[in-house]
Parts: sequence; C-alpha cells; structure tokens
Amino acid sequence: MFVPCDGGGLDFEGFTLLMPAVSVGNVGQLAVDLVISTLRMPKVGYFYTDCLVPMVGNNPYATTKENSMELSINAEVYSLPSKKLVVLQIRSPFIKNKYRPFCQTLLSWVESSKCARVILLSSSHAYQRDDEQLLGTPLRYLLTPALEKTVEGHIQELKWKEMEKVAAYPGISDAEKVLHIPGGGITKLLFTESCSKGIHMAVLLKFCSEGDNIPDAFGLVNYLNEWLQLIKIRVSAVCFRAFIFYYQLFSFSVLAGFALACGHQEQSKRKICFG
Amino acid sequence: MATFFGEVVVAPSRAGVDDEEETEETAEDREIRRELQEKREITALWTPGAAGSPAEEPLRCSRFIVAVGHNAVAFLSAFILDSVCWKIVGAVKLWNEWCQTTNATSVLPTDSFCLFYQLISDPTVLLCQCSCYVAEDQQFQWLEKVFGHIGKEGLQVTILSTCPVAEYKTQESTLTLPSPFLKALKTKEFKEEVCCPLLEQPNIVRDLPAAVLSYCQVWQIPAVLYQCYTDIIKLDAVTIEAFKPLLSSKPLKNLVKDISESTKILKKLLTTGETHNNIYI
Repeated sequence: MFVPCDGGGLDFEGFTLLMPAVSVGNVGQLAVDLVISTLRMPKVGYFYTDCLVPMVGNNPYATTKENSMELSINAEVYSLPSKKLVVLQIRSPFIKNKYRPFCQTLLSWVESSKCARVILLSSSHAYQRDDEQLLGTPLRYLLTPALEKTVEGHIQELKWKEMEKVAAYPGISDAEKVLHIPGGGITKLLFTESCSKGIHMAVLLKFCSEGDNIPDAFGLVNYLNEWLQLIKIRVSAVCFRAFIFYYQLFSFSVLAGFALACGHQEQSKRKICFG
Repeated sequence: MATFFGEVVVAPSRAGVDDEEETEETAEDREIRRELQEKREITALWTPGAAGSPAEEPLRCSRFIVAVGHNAVAFLSAFILDSVCWKIVGAVKLWNEWCQTTNATSVLPTDSFCLFYQLISDPTVLLCQCSCYVAEDQQFQWLEKVFGHIGKEGLQVTILSTCPVAEYKTQESTLTLPSPFLKALKTKEFKEEVCCPLLEQPNIVRDLPAAVLSYCQVWQIPAVLYQCYTDIIKLDAVTIEAFKPLLSSKPLKNLVKDISESTKILKKLLTTGETHNNIYI
C-alpha cells in the first residue's frame, strides 16, 4: 500500500514507475540508488507492505549533516514530476512465500495510480547464460505485449538485444522455449503477471555475478538512459562507456599502486625491526 | 567457503526466489503451508476494559515504551517496573521455530514472553516487554495487532533494543569501541532531544525494533529507537546499565523507581537464570 509522506494525495497519472527487482548482486537496487541520487529526487512516500523484511537506517543520500539524520525504511517512493518519473526503492529482501502477494499489491497500485508504464531494473546470473546469450553485450530487455505496441520502433532504433528464451528441455528438444531469468528474483513473476494483466512493463537487465556490482549498476543506468534520456550526456554513449572503463582502470591502478606502496612500507618497517 | 582448492561451491544468492519455489505447488503443499501459517498466527490478548474503555475501543495512550530482547526487558524490570504501580493489561502469544511464549503467569527473566503493562496512576502510559523472538513473517502481524489496539493521537513511542557490536560498521578501529554503547534512530515527527548520538550510515537496524520504527515513520508517530551495541548477547549487567542514560530522558524520567532498590533487583534478575555456576562441560 502506498502511503504519502505528508498525508497529501499525489498524482502519478502518466508517470513512468522505475523500480528494482531484488536480484543477483543487488544491481537493480544500486541502479535505482544511482538514479535517485543523480536526479536528487525528493521522497514522497512509502510502500507499506508485509512482504519485505523490516529495516531502518539513516538517509543514504545525505548531502549535509542536517539531512543525514532522516530516517529511511525498506520501501520508499521518490518522485520527480518534471520528468514524469516515480521511483520505488526496495532496500530489503522478500519474506519467504511473499513474492506473489507483493507482485499483486504492486501491480494493483500501478493500475490504481494510473502510471503509464513500469520499468523494472534487474540482473541475472552471468554463469547461467547459454551460448546465444554469451555473445555481445551483457544487457538485455523485455517488453510486455501492451508496451511493445507503443515503443517498439524506438527500441529498434536503439539496436538493443531482447532477452533470449531458452529451451525448456535442453539437450532433448529445442522446440519449446521458455523465459528463464536465474537470480532475477521476482523479475519473471512480475513480468508474466504484467503480460497477462496488460500492464505496460519493460524489464532491463544485466548478466552479472556477485561481487562489487557498482560497475554493473552504472552499466544498467546508462542502458536505461539511452532510452529515457534522463540526463543528457554530451559525449556519445560509447565514449562514456570507454571513460567509465578507463576511470575504473585508473582508480584500480592507483589503489593497486597505493597497496604496493603500503606493502613496501610494511616490508621496510619489518626490515628495520629485524635489523 | 571452499574447503579445498578447486571445489565448486554454490554461493547463496541475494535474489531470493529459488527455482524450486517457482514450480507449481501441489494441494498437499498448500495444505501444509496453510496449517503452518495458522500455527504461526500471533494472538494479542487484552484485558477487557483497560483504561476504563470498552475492550473494542483503542486504548488511549500518550507514551508507549517497548523493550525488545532480554537485556532491554531486564532494564525496564530493574529500573521502571514494579507490581505496585503497574498492572498487566495484555500479552502477545506466538509460536515459531525459535521460540514459544510461555503460558506461566509469573515470568522469569530468561523466559520468552511479550507482556503489556499499564501505569496505574496514569493509564495512558503503556509499556511492553518483549523477550521472545518475533519471526520475520510475524513482525507485521505484531504491529497490526498491537498498534491496532492503541490510539495514535498524541502517542509517542520509545523503543529499547540490543544487538551485537560485531554488526556495527565504522571506519574507526573496532578495538577502541567503548562497548556497550547506545545509538539512536528517530522518526521525522520526533522533535525532542535524543540522549545519545544518532546511528551513522551505513548502519541499519532489523527485526522487531525496525518494524516498530518503520510503522511509526509511515504513520507519522513520533518515535525514537535506542539501540545498545554490546558484545554479550546473554543477560548481562554491564549491557543493562548501558541503558541508564535514558532514565533522565523525558519519556522515562518520571517513571524511574528507587535506584538503590534497582541495583538489588538487577542482581536478583541476573542470578535467577543461573542454575549452576560450575566450569564443567
């Protein structure tokens, strides 16, 4: 259930709802954090539900000492009317057997709030890709039939790759193909439910592994930005990706250099001790 | 963790949904699940007519103090509660894999229970001692059943809880942490002074204390949570004493009983649970 922060009614008609799937590497959640903090989106309410594990902490997007002490809970809603964007951030895992009720509550909120479309940011286990999925970019998309009608042309221009269906019985028969998103949490459930309910939903996902998933989140948000153009990037997307790559390489080498230097210091200290 | 080099281990995923759970469940599975759910249902029992109001009507409450965990519960028993000024007005009964609430009328500090007390001289002051483990799927029920019985107008909530210091994240050396220590979290509506530093990012609080504070944040109830980080999980005098600064805070100030008595009670509380004090395995 959506509960507004200040008791006032909010209108999300025609808005795009962006939300994460709690999935491998928390990539969707990290990506949503990046969107909220980049666009400095104000909090407008909470998603009060019995389906998520309770958690509280102080404002993760703190910029000053004053706003660092604002309480944050497990499911919060942020909105930016100028971009017709509403974001639901989920900060804790689901309680066992509560995936289905959560999807139902969420989709009925989407319907009642008259959001134009839902974009689900997700991820899937990189190690479970089949031969076809190993080729090219690790980023994939999925569109429900309802949304496909309206955005198909635009997506084709972007030359994105649709998430491949995999054989239901690999090695036995390739005739029957199914959607398989291992490690994607509620992604498949939410997508199939949206298909049957005629909800306009897109899933953007990245194949990845558990670890430091911040680069994956950057990748996913850039992917989203190619479509939604939330922020204008003056350099082309390719250049931007190259920049991110070299920046990471640089910071890594700086860190490695630092570690090496520390190691040398340690060694020299030891030498002194032994000397 | 791999036990030898080259072993393939399956890392637990944060994604949650296993492939098994995606498959359709049979009628028998559903029946078992339904029965288990019924067993895990929590019940809140309230004394009829508490605060002079009919049992159906919500209890008028100005201060609601919730202690979660054995140490916080013992703190209230030692410094606030006594049988002269307070009376029991309710209890929560629950069952889960970890814990079952006791049916005994007089509880021991080591028992698992969740009891509600009312101040006789001011029936709007309510106190909750919850020493039982409330499972993740039961926390929401707990909130609905407890807060469903309490009027929200003019209500202020104080939560006391403990958690292992190992969960505290800091950039400073953990060797110098003055454990046990208190940290606070407060809702947007809580405007009063907090008597310890606020919890820094990226620290978080989970379980029942988090559920209560979240509830208060969502429904705009002024609330404060005092979390005591300690290195002893069991009932412990040093941990209990760490809550002492709260005795001068506004919600607890005029509820404190004779301190000299308190120390005596504290000693008694700590020895009740000990059956023997030997060093055999």
